Amino acid sequence: MQLLMCPPDYYGIEYEINPWMNRSRRSDLQLANEQWSALRRVLQERCAIDIHVIDAEPGLPDMVFTANAGLVWQNKFIVSNFRHEVRRREAVHFAAWFRHQGFEIVHLPQEYFFEGEGDLLKCGDSWLAGYHIRSDIGAHQKIAEIIEQQILSLELASEWFYHLDTCFCPLSDKQALFYAPAFDPYACRVIENHIPHLIAVSPAEAARFACNAIVVDKCVVMNDGCPQVHEQLEGIGFTVFETPLSEFLKAGGSAKCLALIIQ
Amino acid sequence: MPHSVVQISGHIIDSLILPKVLDLIISLGAEFEILEIQVGHRRSDRSHARIQVEAPTPALLERVLAKIKEHGALPVDEGEESAELQPAAADGIFPDHFYATTNLTTWVRVNDKWIEVEFPEMDCGIRVDLKSMRAECIPFHRVKQGDLIVVGHRGTKIQPIERQVPREGFEFMSSPVSTEQPKGLLIREIAETMKKVRRDNGRILVVAGPGLVHTGAAQYLVKLIERGYVQVLFAGNGLAVHDIETALYDTSLGVYLDKKIRASEGHEHHLWAINAVRGAGGIKQAVETGLVQCGIFYSCVKYGVDFVLAGSIRDDGPLPDVITDTLEAQDRMREKARGVSFALMMATTLHAIATGNLLPATVKTVCVDINPAVVTKLTDRGTFQAIGLVTDVEPFLRALCQHLDEQSAGTAPS
Repeated sequence: MQLLMCPPDYYGIEYEINPWMNRSRRSDLQLANEQWSALRRVLQERCAIDIHVIDAEPGLPDMVFTANAGLVWQNKFIVSNFRHEVRRREAVHFAAWFRHQGFEIVHLPQEYFFEGEGDLLKCGDSWLAGYHIRSDIGAHQKIAEIIEQQILSLELASEWFYHLDTCFCPLSDKQALFYAPAFDPYACRVIENHIPHLIAVSPAEAARFACNAIVVDKCVVMNDGCPQVHEQLEGIGFTVFETPLSEFLKAGGSAKCLALIIQ
Repeated sequence: MPHSVVQISGHIIDSLILPKVLDLIISLGAEFEILEIQVGHRRSDRSHARIQVEAPTPALLERVLAKIKEHGALPVDEGEESAELQPAAADGIFPDHFYATTNLTTWVRVNDKWIEVEFPEMDCGIRVDLKSMRAECIPFHRVKQGDLIVVGHRGTKIQPIERQVPREGFEFMSSPVSTEQPKGLLIREIAETMKKVRRDNGRILVVAGPGLVHTGAAQYLVKLIERGYVQVLFAGNGLAVHDIETALYDTSLGVYLDKKIRASEGHEHHLWAINAVRGAGGIKQAVETGLVQCGIFYSCVKYGVDFVLAGSIRDDGPLPDVITDTLEAQDRMREKARGVSFALMMATTLHAIATGNLLPATVKTVCVDINPAVVTKLTDRGTFQAIGLVTDVEPFLRALCQHLDEQSAGTAPS
């Protein structure tokens, strides 16, 4: 597996676009750097993942959350249309990086917001996609045309869990971590119908971003402080690596938000 | 009850989006009817549904539409692409790959709205004015630098016309060129159509060639004018010259129309007629001074029929009224053709084709000529709505006048 990450050189809480963000609760840049480097080391050394790094850009504090940059599909990079103005300029830099790597850049119609892997996760033969808070359902329809795969659109119902990857994490074709209160009843039924083995995450651990985990085969990398999920995962044969990501939680992100799957 | 049709597509079955949208419609107090549903056969196939939403009030309908839009159910015309507009780089030149128009009713999509293109005309471009949100067909010579012109076919649509509309005129005329059909019936039908046009205060355009005068049919055109069945007349120099020749000398091309014998030095008559009108300053002046006291153009002046005479390189004279600048003549014809709902073209090839080029396809058009090739040419060049009648123009007009007289519905122009 290969992931794209962006160092937190210009990271900070400079605006508030989700309920986690509070400009009076500043992040510690040095600590953020240490936490980001530790995550990178775990991924590289414990999970044998190749990490690519894109340069951070001044004035784009959330560029560190590369998962929201877009979606890689074969040789295409479907670039995000960020809902919030403050993040829109990120798309230009990510598109340039992928173009330089030889990817074909695909733009969605401007009228549809789409925030990349943050709202689109592969689970078995299908993709599950979050909409209503950040991404638009119309974007899912366009992407389904491009990738010619089934996309099941799920309505997100809580501002606190504004991206699908904050409340849902596929572990395998048939297993996933799931925080039901983040979804509307129809979305819950779709998830229950589609995935036979669901691990329900408690509100406390959902708030520690237990669902925002990186899964590589039988390894799960996540924020620390999620003992119940940790135990349940180990009970079904996963190895869990906890690494503290408190500085990124202040912006509403954790492990998965910090990495975009390239391959 | 206020209603609107929405469509939704994607993996709407497995994701329960379709039942969610339907539940939402009901829970908000509206009703739905599924007009069409196509379910994908394989997992990756997308499904599609068209749903009519009905609500007790327009306000509630708006609320329901706004709510279900969040879940991907869009009004049928939303989500469609807008037309591409490019500025003209110079006067008289459209941008590359400009949308070349047909004579059909056309719409372009601009700023998420379909707007109807004004003055539909074939082989033009479409100019869009974003301020007034209007679009119109314009020919090459009317393009001004910076005009926004529709490029490509995206965001455009046309309204095909039905050739036969049951219970409305022309229902017998299934074949565009009729040499074999009972002419009496067709002529009666044309008469009925003309009556109806006039009852509805529509405008009738006549396009005629000089053969009309040579065959002695001018008297019938005069009758049509007198009875209010002609509002606009298009012709060339020839029709006017020979009509005035007849008024002055009783001959057409030097032949006495009543005796069918050639007048002595008769070939000079039409040139003297031209000279006389040139001396008077124009047709209107020739009528007003009493020089011309009968004939088609006398009646046009008397009854206020608009006429446009377009010149050609083989014209004698021409008469002062003849427009010798081709583009100017086109523009005048364009202007006068607006608002016309019926066109009758008789014994003329070039003027018929030229006029056909300017008319929207919605204008009912009848072409009468002794030569079937004329109608074929007219339709081949895009005036496909034209109905042809292959006959000599004199018996045609005589019969038409009889039918119109049977129960005249025309009102003389004031």
